[in-house]
Amino acid sequence: MNFGRISAMTRKEFIHVIRDPRSIILGIAIPVILLLLFAYALTLDVDHVPVMVWDQSDSTASREFISRFKASRYFKIKGRTDNYRDVEQAIDRGDILAGLVLPRDFAQRLEARRPVQVQWLVDGSDANTATIATGYATAVTQAYSEEVVLQDIRKLTGKVLERPLDVRPRVWFNADMESKNFIIPGLIAVIMMVIAALLTSLTVAREWERGTMEQLISTPVKGHELIIGKLTPYFIIGMFDVLLAVLMGKFQFGVPLRGSVVLLFGMAAVFLLGALSLGLLISIFTKNQLLANQLALLTTFIPAFVLSGFAFPINSMPKVVQWVTFLVPARFLVHLFKGIYLKGVGLETLYLEAGLLALFAVAMVGLTLVKFKKKLE
Amino acid sequence: MRDDRENAVVVRELVKRFGDFTAVDGISFEVKKGEVFGFLGPNGSGKSTTIRMLCGILLPSKGTGTVAGYDILTQTEAIKSHIGYMSQKFSLYQNLTVEENIDFFSGIYQIPQEKKKDRKEWVIEMAHLQKYRGSPTGILPGGLRQRLALGCAVLHEPRLLFLDEPTSGVDPINRRRFWDLIYELSEQGVTVFVTTHYLDEAENCNRLGLLYRGELIASGTPEQLKSELTQGTVWEVFCDRPQDAMLELEDQPEIHDISLFGSSLHIVTGDASTTEQRISDLLNRNGYRVDRVERISPSLEDIFVGLIQSKERSLQAQEEVKR
Repeated sequence: MNFGRISAMTRKEFIHVIRDPRSIILGIAIPVILLLLFAYALTLDVDHVPVMVWDQSDSTASREFISRFKASRYFKIKGRTDNYRDVEQAIDRGDILAGLVLPRDFAQRLEARRPVQVQWLVDGSDANTATIATGYATAVTQAYSEEVVLQDIRKLTGKVLERPLDVRPRVWFNADMESKNFIIPGLIAVIMMVIAALLTSLTVAREWERGTMEQLISTPVKGHELIIGKLTPYFIIGMFDVLLAVLMGKFQFGVPLRGSVVLLFGMAAVFLLGALSLGLLISIFTKNQLLANQLALLTTFIPAFVLSGFAFPINSMPKVVQWVTFLVPARFLVHLFKGIYLKGVGLETLYLEAGLLALFAVAMVGLTLVKFKKKLE
Repeated sequence: MRDDRENAVVVRELVKRFGDFTAVDGISFEVKKGEVFGFLGPNGSGKSTTIRMLCGILLPSKGTGTVAGYDILTQTEAIKSHIGYMSQKFSLYQNLTVEENIDFFSGIYQIPQEKKKDRKEWVIEMAHLQKYRGSPTGILPGGLRQRLALGCAVLHEPRLLFLDEPTSGVDPINRRRFWDLIYELSEQGVTVFVTTHYLDEAENCNRLGLLYRGELIASGTPEQLKSELTQGTVWEVFCDRPQDAMLELEDQPEIHDISLFGSSLHIVTGDASTTEQRISDLLNRNGYRVDRVERISPSLEDIFVGLIQSKERSLQAQEEVKR
């Protein structure tokens, strides 16, 4: 290994990056944009669900009931109406997610303590949100009817009745249960995967296309020197991206980092080595920039996004798909990052993921070194 | 590998196949130390494939050879530190400046620190790039870029230089200048192996190999090729409608070969007793007005065209025998 030749390669590659606006955009701007975009857009929290109310009863009792919905942060009353057509149209337009319809005899029946049926019309096209919103609506309604019953009992017996069972939830790791705390650590991992492979997927293919590779392989530079020289600048850019993402997570989004910063960056480095080599490997095989680019996107973006568990829990996937996720290296990094960020755990718990990640990196670097030939075909 | 004192390149029965296609078909030749060896042939004849095998970047399918004393099958990496190679596209990094390109290749060839500056200045002076030190290579005109590529290929002062069609797409004046550089290097004792499809360039070489369809169909000095390979006498004929005349007279028994050269015809005759008058009569008999007939010494082009035509005739004959 000759460090002079490696540093010549590295310097040259750095100049390419600096002079090529595409690389700068891909290497620095895209990760920041993706992080901002997804962190704000991809919130899984369901609150301020827009609701339209048709209060046929228009009574003190009905207004009292509706005020419970108003008071809840999960709902936002978006309008009132006196017909079904408006509710239907508003749902069709997507202005509201649900309609709350109170019957004409709401007050009378409630007064008489006869069962009252309240209608909840919900847009089920997003099943997850609809289920959660319906759950909230049910909870609000039950709490209200419970109160009515408890009041009756007090009137009858003069005693204040305690609820026999009471759940006292205590949330660990993400105490505020904010989805951004859960999304962002995983998101950093996914973005790393995509950017890394994309960055390097072009470098070798570009040299084949422009004919500079033919010149390069006629010189005494060794294959591994060429690979190391090409990886180094992108590794530095990748680590800079991690730093940027972690800082944004802390200062922009206020995501607490409970675990070891050193471990976080160490794991990021191992992962980057593997992902960058994967890009390089794709580049070596395809020798064509367009093909390399598409292949890198296909092999990293989609699996990393869907199968890494960063947003969609792996536990609720079918068994077969769960096995497939073991082939997605981003999965391990997502797990590691979530563990380090939210639970503050270290290698004593995360050794399996860390080991598999290291295996991925070693395999990728090894394959790249073996597959790069200083020969034409 | 034994040290060959005379030859920089020795090749025996070299074959390269790509699938069913045979690009180089069993060629053998040597290049003597210090000479400018020209590899001549039409596009697709196997010139680049051969040069790539010699540079150690393409493995031969069959055959043996040594370059600078190293085996082209097993010691390709050793070859790479002893040669300079300039590929067809004179491949420099377009978005690097002139100096950055030189620095990069200096680093790759591990030019010692104390020599780096001198070598860089030498390249810049040789390629007349004083005004362009900080310019991106991509904006340089072709001629300058090609000289810079040559400079980068000889930064490490190799004793053996391979140039693959170095002057393709370069204007005649710059081609001339480029050949002056080749001579300069040659005078310093560098062996130069150059491919070209320009026949006028071939005259500049000490020795030539003529490659056609992957086979070496002739080799020698330009003078040897001219004197040994011309079968007969070459006549330059100026007449009206030369194209029609060529097609009509092709089958005349007296005429070995007839081809169009610009506005004149070159006619090769085998019979030593042929005179200007007889050629003139022949054309007149067929209804062509003859302005002038002159006996000329054959050019390399005559020889090459003649060789290729006879090669094609024999290939055709073989095909017919097969049927």
